[in-house]
Amino acid sequence: MLFSDIILETSIALLANKVRSGLTMLGIVIGIGSVIAMIAVGQGAQKSVEDRIQSIGSNLLMIRPGFARSPGQTVSQGQGSSTSLTLEDAQAIESDVSFLSAVAPSVSGNYQVVSGGSNTRTSVTGTLPSYVTVRNIELESGSFFTDAHDTRRSKVAVIGPDVRDELFPDETDVAGKKIRINGIDFTVLGLTVSKGSSGMDSADDVVYVPLSTAAQYLTGSDALSMISVTVSDQSIMDQASADITELLLARHDIVDEDSADFRIMNQSDIVETASSVTETFTLLLGAVAGISLLVGGIGIMNMMLTTVTERTREIGLRKAIGAKRRDISRQFLSESVALTFLGGVVGVVLGWGAAALLTRFGGVATSVSGISVVLAFGVSAVIGIIFGYYPARRAARLNPIEALRYE
Amino acid sequence: MIECRNISKIYCNGDNETAALSGATFSVRDGEFVAIMGPSGSGKSTLMNILGLLDLPTGGTYLLDGKDVSHLSEDELANVRIQKIGFVFQSFNLLPRTSVLRNVTLPLVYGGVPRSDRQAKAEDALRAVEFPEERWEHLSNQLSGGQMQRVAIARALVNNPSLVFADEPTGNLDTKTGVLVMKAFRRLNREKGHTIILITHEAEIARYADRIITIRDGEIVSDMPNREVRND
Repeated sequence: MLFSDIILETSIALLANKVRSGLTMLGIVIGIGSVIAMIAVGQGAQKSVEDRIQSIGSNLLMIRPGFARSPGQTVSQGQGSSTSLTLEDAQAIESDVSFLSAVAPSVSGNYQVVSGGSNTRTSVTGTLPSYVTVRNIELESGSFFTDAHDTRRSKVAVIGPDVRDELFPDETDVAGKKIRINGIDFTVLGLTVSKGSSGMDSADDVVYVPLSTAAQYLTGSDALSMISVTVSDQSIMDQASADITELLLARHDIVDEDSADFRIMNQSDIVETASSVTETFTLLLGAVAGISLLVGGIGIMNMMLTTVTERTREIGLRKAIGAKRRDISRQFLSESVALTFLGGVVGVVLGWGAAALLTRFGGVATSVSGISVVLAFGVSAVIGIIFGYYPARRAARLNPIEALRYE
Repeated sequence: MIECRNISKIYCNGDNETAALSGATFSVRDGEFVAIMGPSGSGKSTLMNILGLLDLPTGGTYLLDGKDVSHLSEDELANVRIQKIGFVFQSFNLLPRTSVLRNVTLPLVYGGVPRSDRQAKAEDALRAVEFPEERWEHLSNQLSGGQMQRVAIARALVNNPSLVFADEPTGNLDTKTGVLVMKAFRRLNREKGHTIILITHEAEIARYADRIITIRDGEIVSDMPNREVRND
């Protein structure tokens, strides 16, 4: 039996009962479609987490003030409430710890930002130009402030795209514009490139000002909210972290590491945790979708068994005129594989469409990978073979005499 | 061509053993037109299944063209069937919703005949049974009973078998159509030299054959030439 004969027989058989073939195929369409869409959602989440971490920089160590405790008391006032980190600490780290490529102290707070009739409440970060290196900040237009601005405590600012949208919705060039932060006039120097928002903490809804300007006009103190450090190589992150801990403990006259008044967060730890969470999420979504694929497969098997029973006489006739077991089983297997394969094609298209719609209207990040498409095709063909095998074997094993007599 | 020696078939149903056929011994020469006649339950269908290589005997020897075929495997039997045997059934057994030509081509498909040769062979077979050419592309379910049986005969002839079995070929037809079908068999036997074995329970139909083997309760009770061959 030639391959083209099998194709012809299969199409005749499937077209003979269009509604039944269509409904059975629908099971596979929904199964494959949901696998593609769910994996796209999972991988989209994974990708956005990774992108966000990448945008911050994965060689990053973040040093934050620890818990403030009043002397003699054990009441914690929450992480970051301490005012233990200072600019001197940052300078000491920069000069004493080796293998650091950049150190950026920063202070941040939420302030009302006004321009003309528009205003917004946003996060204002006071920092040094090295922040650009540490946090991978790119400028859309204009320039970042310089060390000279910091020394002179210039009232200049760099704004994020979200702030631009709020304050200057119709402007593309914002350099030279005036904004008021906390009632003080600032001149805008530049606009950062959008990094995309990720939940509450957006890198786009932000205003950067020089550190000393922030200390004088906004916070009124020298305390830092964070020191960001980039290590020159990812392999020495732990060493750098230990060196900084040792230095800061010495500087703060603390003997016991457990009572340190600062905390160091390692970006790569966060990456690992985040990606293991999203991987589990992807796996879970995939498993749920996989169950619907299994149900679709059982639908195929059900239909194929019915078909074999209905066509018992035909099978008997085919065997009488010379079809071998192999010919019969191939014919029925190819019917089930054709159903699952066509269902797989439609399912991939629908799943892809569903993922695109979710992104467009639901704001969910999705990512359809080539691997998941190839996998879906493979799985659908395998399902056709697995669930078609038993019915095909049953057909092939029919005794021609009994099959011909079957009523 | 066919040589049967003491062929028997015993069906086991639990502890019960039923002998459908016991000790059938006869032979059929090339080009004969033989009717195997008997009432239902006589074992004539069992005999046809064995002669047509759809089933194996439980005892005895069956030589087809001098070769012992009593112990072949299922697929080996299928191979011999493709080469040497054609079947015509009482209920036609055409593939539904399939064109006449495609139905006739089916044995060639399983016989591994290349696509280019199939059409010509199918057309020859349809012409041999005088099936009107304008209906070749009709679907099988659009045909009358007589037409369906002609297509079935053409299908049986398409791979040019030396042996054609006809199992109650007129059973589902009215008398007039039945006569036409039997005449077609006669002509194929006389003009093309096909060996035809006709299975029937009707004496009137058996009279188209040259030789009548009567079987009853699994045993051959008579085997004689037909002196009054029907020729109407």
